[in-house]
Amino acid sequence: MIGNLDHTTLQQLWWLITSVVGSLFLFLTFVQGGQTLIFTTATTEEEKSLIINTMGRKWELTFTTLVLFGGALFAAFPLFYATSFGGAYWVWMLILFTFILQAVSYEYRKKPDNFLGARTYEIFMFINGSVGILLIGAAVGTFFTGSRFSLDMFNSVKWGTSYHGLEAAFNLFNLSFGLFLVFLARTLGAMYIVNHVDHDALVLRARKATWINLVLALPFLLVILISLATMDGFAVDSVTGNIFMEKGKYLHNLLGMPAVLIMLLGGLVSVIYGVLATGFLGKNYGIWFGGLGTVLVGLAIFFLAGYNNTAFYPSVTDLQSSLTIYNASSSKYTLTVMSYVALAVPFVLGYIAYVWKLMDAKKLTLAELTSEDANEMY
Amino acid sequence: MEDQILSTVDWARAQFALTAMYHWIFVPLTLGLSFLVAFFESIYVKTGNEEWKKLTKFWMTLFGVNFAIGIATGIILEFQFGTNWSNYSWMVGDIFGAPLAIEGIFAFFLEAAFFAVMFFGWHRVSKGFHLFSTWMVAVGSSLSAVWILVANAWMQFPTGMAFNPDRARFEMQSFWDVALSPVAVHKFTHTTSSAFLLASLFVVGISSLFLLQKRHQKMAKRSMVVAAVFGFIASIFCAFTGDEAAFNVAHRQPMKLAAIEGLYVGQEKAPIIAAGIINSSKKPGDDLPAFHQEVKIPGLLSLLANRDVDSYVPGINDLVFGNTERNIVGAEQRMVTGKIAVAELTRYKNAKNSGDAADAASALVLFNQHKGDLGYGYLKSPAQAVPPVAIAFYSFHIMVVLGTLFPLIFLLVLFFAFKGTLENQRWLNLACLLSIFLGYVAQQAGWVVAEVGRQPWAIQGLLPVNVASTNIATSNVQATFFIFLTLFTALLLAEIRIMLKQIKTGPEA
Ligand code: HDD
Ligand code: HEM
Ligand code: HEM
Repeated sequence: MIGNLDHTTLQQLWWLITSVVGSLFLFLTFVQGGQTLIFTTATTEEEKSLIINTMGRKWELTFTTLVLFGGALFAAFPLFYATSFGGAYWVWMLILFTFILQAVSYEYRKKPDNFLGARTYEIFMFINGSVGILLIGAAVGTFFTGSRFSLDMFNSVKWGTSYHGLEAAFNLFNLSFGLFLVFLARTLGAMYIVNHVDHDALVLRARKATWINLVLALPFLLVILISLATMDGFAVDSVTGNIFMEKGKYLHNLLGMPAVLIMLLGGLVSVIYGVLATGFLGKNYGIWFGGLGTVLVGLAIFFLAGYNNTAFYPSVTDLQSSLTIYNASSSKYTLTVMSYVALAVPFVLGYIAYVWKLMDAKKLTLAELTSEDANEMY
Repeated sequence: MEDQILSTVDWARAQFALTAMYHWIFVPLTLGLSFLVAFFESIYVKTGNEEWKKLTKFWMTLFGVNFAIGIATGIILEFQFGTNWSNYSWMVGDIFGAPLAIEGIFAFFLEAAFFAVMFFGWHRVSKGFHLFSTWMVAVGSSLSAVWILVANAWMQFPTGMAFNPDRARFEMQSFWDVALSPVAVHKFTHTTSSAFLLASLFVVGISSLFLLQKRHQKMAKRSMVVAAVFGFIASIFCAFTGDEAAFNVAHRQPMKLAAIEGLYVGQEKAPIIAAGIINSSKKPGDDLPAFHQEVKIPGLLSLLANRDVDSYVPGINDLVFGNTERNIVGAEQRMVTGKIAVAELTRYKNAKNSGDAADAASALVLFNQHKGDLGYGYLKSPAQAVPPVAIAFYSFHIMVVLGTLFPLIFLLVLFFAFKGTLENQRWLNLACLLSIFLGYVAQQAGWVVAEVGRQPWAIQGLLPVNVASTNIATSNVQATFFIFLTLFTALLLAEIRIMLKQIKTGPEA
């Protein structure tokens, strides 16, 4: 069946798959959010350890999802991979640095003789959760605001500023996007703590943190929504492949793809309900609504950028260099092969869910941190 | 401009070498130790003996410390293809991206999901499921080796693809040709067996330290026996697959083979240099001797390369200047054809852009006639096709000498374990301890052979490194190089200190 799909369908399918992976990553950034709560929501060393150990059981999953997101983009949209990573060099490098710091921090923080001291590793975690997520947001923001690059005849990228991507963080829309993600991650992190930790004082504070962070996220959300509804967008002529500026393009996309509008609004409502349930109704299941909502919002954003004849990685200096899911993709053959591979994804999700369920069946307690397995704890 | 591109390339290469070599400090230990831990835990579950559990947990802690930094260094490698080698990513992403994505889907998630169970699941899941998880982590790490090595093998021996002039890139034609290429097979078997070998040396070595210090002797001897058996099997396998690797190199990268043996003039009954000192002023085509001193074993290289002592092995000179008698087309001639291919490709693209169909068609015909040597068209001189001979030669010989030493060490360990006098063999225990270090040396040497021997190519014969890199000012790449250097070195120091502390504390903690 997959063998019969035409190139266009495959390209759309792969934008869908990449969007799903990216959106799942956004949900899983509750780990990063949790990392930024250790200095505020936790008041004692013990509480800090509880948060870190809660997040510590999931950090690799988030990390791996990011790696897969990169891998899927490379395999399906190599021109995007080459253009964005090679051009917006410093944004990606800085994001990567923060993830290097994160990867060792969990394992090394509590180990004796760890060279840098526990506090340093905690700061690493904080940097990853704040700067790392902020920059990811700014990078995704450029899907709408565009970047300054041009491609030559052989598709070699030339970047228009010597900041190589850092300029993205100085744009109101991109910056708002980044800060929105940071506070969203913190909200999710707090909800996950409520769901997973058995410690009254900490859980009480985490409940409060859910709505505080949501409130902090709202102004940035507002900027994003208003901008999206009013800004000019990068449209593609579906016949000639020519790129041109269209007034109110993203609003047109929303209205033209009502499903996306519903996902966006439904997602936001779901997140808000998760917060209400956790913050005010004393429920523990808020993270699931928050997670689902985040995935829906994420999908809506990616769809808005890539579907409906839109250039998802636009160039503001050389419009015709802009990337669309059609001109940036792999060959039909490769996308077909990769689609067969993608059939394994539900299976992977299946065993992840199973292991998640097993491991989260019992809440994390202080007693576990000092048990006979203490040597393995983070 | 030209100069700037050159130095960007050099810094990008240095950065890749730095990060890959750091990654490769941790990866082989992860690959092998995950299986050893799975063995130990299996024995625990089978016997129910708590001492085996303690032993499992001890090695598991060391595994975890090493694993974390393996991941930290790995993510950089993956994204570096985009950041530093963006032309490469575009030109071959259609083929190269797939294995990386597949690795993520099939391997990394296996590790990520079950790693948490392995470390935190002792009281959350059943004994059986815990053991299963430990095995899954081991299987996952070897699976990731499969796919990344498929990718690397494709760079050594590009196959299963065709050049698409309209898009100016290579596109995949057959996934199975890529995934099951003979080079991918030997890469996988040789690399994993060498990793199992290294991890066995690690366990045997640390255990020897305990014996020398007269601590945890029972646990140390138990670990040593399991690891020495595993290590001995792995080292035999490693030597066989290494021979297979050399055979493949001889047929698909003859220049690499000539370089690792310092063979300038092709000959029948070609000798292996058992030991030698390279003459560093030797250049292709001159009359200087290749070695200052050498000990030869006649015919052995011919045997290694063609499984026939009398056969002919081409030398560097033949591959650079050609050899009509032997029907070898040299880099010199291939550059001429390659330059035509490059020029016609540009003419084709220009003609297409300006809508001149006739010109485009005629350019395409010429391009297709010459495209086999496209990569050579980007070389500046024929001698550029020769990799750094001395580096390739010495690293290959170090690896092979160590490769013959390691099985002997494992045999001695098993012999004295059988006699029950392992703790009295001070010299052997010292040798085992030293061998940990030698194992790492052999590992790094192996990759230097494979990668330096491939120079100047990023993709053998198709894409030289100087065309593969990103168009970016050198200072950027330089800056990230030093950031990585500082960061990774600090983390490596932290890792070593934590390890030493854990070893000092021992399994009783
Ligand atoms: C033969 C094996 C092998 C080789 C040649 C490489 N790696 Fe590796 N890599 C592993 C075997 C491995 C591993 C043993 O599976 C690791 C170590 C720790 C881990 O989680 O997996 C790993 C980790 C690891 C990670 C983090 C995985 C995670 O999120 O869990 C990435 C992104 C890469 N690697 C990517 C690369 C790239 C791009 C390489 C080539 C340039 C490379 N590795 C060489
Ligand atoms: C982890 C073990 C590895 C080590 C130690 C290693 C070592 C090296 C070294 C030393 C160089 C620089 C060669 C030179 O410039 O002279 C290099 C370059 C490179 N290697 Fe590897 N390598 C490893 C794995 C890989 C793998 C698995 C891949 C592919 C997936 C790969 C792809 C490359 C690329 C793209 C370059 C840059 C281009 C070049 O200089 O050839 N390497 N590597
Ligand atoms: C005993 C004899 C050995 C022989 C004949 C041998 C042969 C080879 C050859 C020819 C290559 C280059 C393959 C290529 O470029 O594609 C290679 C690579 C390599 N070797 Fe060995 N080797 C031996 C032992 C060892 C040992 C003891 C180790 C480590 C403990 C080791 C680790 C490696 C690694 C990591 C690579 C790079 C991966 C690869 O290219 O497959 N080898 N070996």
